[in-house]
Amino acid sequence: MIEIAGLVKRYGAQEVLRGIDLHIRRGRVTAIVGPNGAGKTTLIKIILGLVRADAGRVVVDGAPVDGECAYRARIGYMPQLARFPQNLTGAELLAMLGDLRREPGAVRRLPGQEALIEQFALAPFLSRPVRALSGGTRQKLSAVMAFLFDPDLLILDEPTAGLDPVASGVFKDRILAERDEGRTFILSSHFMNELQELADDVVFLLDGRIRFAGALHDLMRSTRQANLGRAISHLLSREVAA
Amino acid sequence: MIGVPAASRKIMTYELRDVARSRWLIAYTLFFLAVTDALLRFGGAGKALVSLVSITLFVIPLVALVFGTVYLDNARDFTELLLAQPVTRRQLFGGLYLGLALPLGAAFAVGVLVPFALHGLEDPAQRASVAVLVLVGLALTCVFTALAFVVASLSDDRLKRMAAAIGVWLLVAVLYDGIVLVVVMLFGDRAIERPMLGLMIANPVDLARVLLLLQFDLSALMGYTGAVFQRFFSGARGTAIAASALAVWVVAPVLFGLRMFERRDF
Repeated sequence: MIEIAGLVKRYGAQEVLRGIDLHIRRGRVTAIVGPNGAGKTTLIKIILGLVRADAGRVVVDGAPVDGECAYRARIGYMPQLARFPQNLTGAELLAMLGDLRREPGAVRRLPGQEALIEQFALAPFLSRPVRALSGGTRQKLSAVMAFLFDPDLLILDEPTAGLDPVASGVFKDRILAERDEGRTFILSSHFMNELQELADDVVFLLDGRIRFAGALHDLMRSTRQANLGRAISHLLSREVAA
Repeated sequence: MIGVPAASRKIMTYELRDVARSRWLIAYTLFFLAVTDALLRFGGAGKALVSLVSITLFVIPLVALVFGTVYLDNARDFTELLLAQPVTRRQLFGGLYLGLALPLGAAFAVGVLVPFALHGLEDPAQRASVAVLVLVGLALTCVFTALAFVVASLSDDRLKRMAAAIGVWLLVAVLYDGIVLVVVMLFGDRAIERPMLGLMIANPVDLARVLLLLQFDLSALMGYTGAVFQRFFSGARGTAIAASALAVWVVAPVLFGLRMFERRDF
């Protein structure tokens, strides 16, 4: 699904990504983990074309990411922090994305939209301006936006950070169900037990380099730890010792 | 709108809705309504126009820069979301720019034109002056909205961006005359007319002022660069040159801002 080769990104003197080579497989949930500042969000943003890499290349489904925008039609993105124009309502925002995404003359509402809104219990909030919504509700709105257009690839940057347990459960079920339909997920999160439930593959980033990339069960087997959190701390401590 | 890509138009439409509901914009409209109305009530059309020239030159750059910077700050995450859609940066820039420049321009035009329309204006020369005032005000709105985009891509630090916006305003609207005076004091004994013209063209606020005062025939209020300009180019030729230079100012920051927007990381 995604091929990344030799990716380097600097912010001024600071090298955030120092040569990333990575293959992200179709139809699987890939978790990107690593301490704060490891380069997770930068990597995600380069895949989306939000950040320009200094060297290396990214190919999404055969199309190189180099200023073209068409490939993003098949991507759903949920940013770390959901902030929208304060004076617009949720319904207007959804309509806007629909306007931008859909071919002219297509149906006004997507068939899945109602179900999605119901799933996240968003209906009562859609007519209010965004500034009147709580952080969690905005996060749900952001989740609906990511899933809305039936994307092949979903990129979720710490998606459950602001969600209540109910919404977060709905969210996880949805991820697994959609993965089983063949969709690809890239997920970054600090909640290790959550990633343990969801991830098929794990990418461990540290100081801008990949320290582990492979299947979750391989990671568990090679580190011989009880869970993902311990496996990652095991990798980390090995790094520190080396 | 011919020539604007469909995606830009869609973004602009939603941006317009958002901006139109902001209290800032309503206050800005009310400000020009109240000031124009008061000036007309207490001074008559002639005096009102002259006062409006100074207010326009002072307030429009400030509001476009500050409102623009604050707006783009708030829209930063939203910009990220839009850039994750199948939209090019150029289209998004177009949508954001028009969604900001149009309501600011409309607020100013409504604020000035409605009181004049209510009070009635018989003299055709004064009508022309009102028209020129509104056109120049719209041009300044475009220039400084685009400069707000440039300022917004200068730094990732919110405070620095705001300081830069206010700095630009202080430079072009307040300190410029002083700088010109210093130049004149230092090089007063040489032929400095041409550099003076260059200085005037380098400042859109100065250009706008000369354009307005040529229209109003008020060389006393023109300042040093304006007086030099009038000696060089009087009448229609001067107006044409100043207007073309201002037109360049409307286009150049947009292109520059777009270039920065296309290269930026979000």
